[in-house]
Amino acid sequence: MVDMSTALASMVLPNPVMTASGCAANGHELHRFFPVSELGAFVTKTVMAAPRSGRGTPRMAETASGMLNSIGLQGPGIDAFAKEDLPWLGSVGARALVSIAGTTAEEFADVAERLASSPAYDAVVGVEVNISCPNVANRGLVFACDPVSSERVVRLVRERLPEGTPMFAKLTPDVTDIVSVAAAALRAGADGLTMINTLLGMAIDTDLLRPQLAGVTGGLSGPAIRPVAVRALWEVTAAMREGRLPTAPLIGVGGVRTGRDALELVAAGASAVQVGTATFHDPSRPRRVVDELEAEVARHGFGRFTDAVGIAHDRTARP
Amino acid sequence: MSGVVQVAGELIATRRAGAYHHLTIVSPGVAELARPGQFVALAVGGATSANLLRRCFSIHRAKPSGTYGGTVDVVVAAHGAGTTWLTGLRPHDPVDVVGPLGRPFPLPADAVPCVLVGGGYGSAPLFWLAEALQARGCQVEMVLGAASDDRLFGVVEARRTADGVVVTTDDGSAGRRGWVSDVLGDVLDRTGAGVVYGCGPMAMLRSVTEIADAHGAVAQVAVEESMACGVGVCMTCVLPVTGNDGVTRMVRSCVEGPVFRGDRVRWDAFADGVCRVPADTLGAPSAGGH
Ligand SMILES: Cc1cc2nc3c(=O)[nH]c(=O)nc-3n(C[C@H](O)[C@H](O)[C@H](O)COP(=O)(O)OP(=O)(O)OC[C@H]3O[C@@H](n4cnc5c(N)ncnc54)[C@H](O)[C@@H]3O)c2cc1C
Ligand SMILES: Cc1cc2nc3c(=O)[nH]c(=O)nc-3n(C[C@H](O)[C@H](O)[C@H](O)COP(=O)(O)O)c2cc1C
Ligand code: FES
Repeated sequence: MVDMSTALASMVLPNPVMTASGCAANGHELHRFFPVSELGAFVTKTVMAAPRSGRGTPRMAETASGMLNSIGLQGPGIDAFAKEDLPWLGSVGARALVSIAGTTAEEFADVAERLASSPAYDAVVGVEVNISCPNVANRGLVFACDPVSSERVVRLVRERLPEGTPMFAKLTPDVTDIVSVAAAALRAGADGLTMINTLLGMAIDTDLLRPQLAGVTGGLSGPAIRPVAVRALWEVTAAMREGRLPTAPLIGVGGVRTGRDALELVAAGASAVQVGTATFHDPSRPRRVVDELEAEVARHGFGRFTDAVGIAHDRTARP
Repeated sequence: MSGVVQVAGELIATRRAGAYHHLTIVSPGVAELARPGQFVALAVGGATSANLLRRCFSIHRAKPSGTYGGTVDVVVAAHGAGTTWLTGLRPHDPVDVVGPLGRPFPLPADAVPCVLVGGGYGSAPLFWLAEALQARGCQVEMVLGAASDDRLFGVVEARRTADGVVVTTDDGSAGRRGWVSDVLGDVLDRTGAGVVYGCGPMAMLRSVTEIADAHGAVAQVAVEESMACGVGVCMTCVLPVTGNDGVTRMVRSCVEGPVFRGDRVRWDAFADGVCRVPADTLGAPSAGGH
């Protein structure tokens, strides 16, 4: 028996496998395939202040071992989420890691505050701040591309969340120096980091010779981006180990399809792992990764999952 | 959301049907739950496939019990990587099936005459719908159209099943030259149909809706939007639909559809191969966009 529990700051989970925001809706749909309470945590679709229609279609294009999406953060708004989705997640015993966003720093804070006042707040084990979202005040530049905006958003959200609510900032890999954005988020009070969001990409229909997505560009996800996630986790973990960054738990996401893929992110430094696009291939994937990852940890002879976290840093051959 | 299962299925028969391939897949549990208008989402390319997204197909037939256990039949047009892979499968190859998905065609409470309109492989789900309607005492006529003879599906079956069949092709290689919309009005006049069911390309569904409206009939149409998951978790398959409250929302066609009342679909949003978000949609982007 392997001890699969993991602790991410004050967030203690029975196993380290989660859904990825936007790849599992808010639970009802996947609950038809497996009990969502069997995951370490259930990460909800990013919710903003008001209902959002999202973008027009086509919103997706399949790419080699991945896909592009341009959903445009469609969602019901925080009030409907707090009234309907969150109580349901609580009722089935799911541990909700709630993803929030805004188009301004104030909107982020407002969403955090309204979430915290929900009667179903018990179901919330943590908040994931999706700062990979366009900032209207900064010509639509994604918050997470700029350490200053990232810090401001995370600080405001921290102020509005009840003390003790674990808070994770979700970073984009589309930056020159992810360590500096990580530093800004941690400085502003994030308890940990989720890495990575999608990479900006584009596909052209070679029959029509025009962009495939109605929104022209979209976020690339799936196994194709796993090496980027591994690299990002590696860099931030290395900076922590070298004392250039305060130590904080990382949640790995990007291209995980199997338990072995999950182990790769864990070995790079992730204390938990999210399964996103692979869920579209197989709606039971997140649940299967729980068992597969346990088997992988056992195969390596570790008694505890946490023994494998960041292990590749210790085993790197020195020149 | 209704019952759904995920099963490791097995292909037991594959045969050509004009330009299409007709596949029979053993998938215990799916057929028992399925209703006409629902679909299945099939994984393609095997366990290490680089094509991650499922491909969705209307259920053509569902047999809860047979020699091999429950089976579903689908009719596949080879198009891109996934459908080409599926049509190349041999009997006894594994196929991962998720289904049944989506909402079925609603059946009328009374025994009203119905007209079923299929474009290309869009006729695939209409035959067991016809049987379900006939079991309620409805008179059923079918209108099948396609670009050419080889792209019609199920004309022989239609003649066996329906009380009347009209066939059209764009090039005149079978039936009347023209579109289903050229003949639908006459069929509605003749039958006095109360409900028109449609499945096929979006442009066809739009004209089916307009003609049904003009003849005082209700259109129930099964739309086809690009789907990444088929199960309701990705939000790629949306289209603008007006609800009972008069509010237009971008709704997921895989869970709230694929069947919608034609007069509720915002056809005005579709042009040039894209669907825009109508300005009066709930949560529509203000100028500048999302
Ligand atoms: C509810 C429903 C019922 C359908 N029924 C049938 C049927 O009975 N017979 C049949 O031949 N086809 C049917 N289709 C269309 C079929 O799903 C697509 O032709 C197929 O997914 C294309 O896959 P591909 O590998 O050939 O193309 P690719 O271009 O490689 O597909 C790439 C991605 O885009 C998606 N996609 C591309 N075109 C479509 C499309 N037209 N509709 C939905 N998703 C698309 C695919 O799922 C995949 O995720 C149906 C679609 C829907 C939504
Ligand atoms: C269709 C789709 C929608 C997504 N929506 C969100 C979202 O709302 N919020 C968010 O933080 N990330 C969103 N993501 C990004 C994923 O959570 C994840 O970070 C990314 O896809 C990489 O993981 P994967 O390769 O396992 O999918 C979305 C991804 C996809 C494919
Ligand atoms: S196809 Fe994924 S939500 Fe409909």
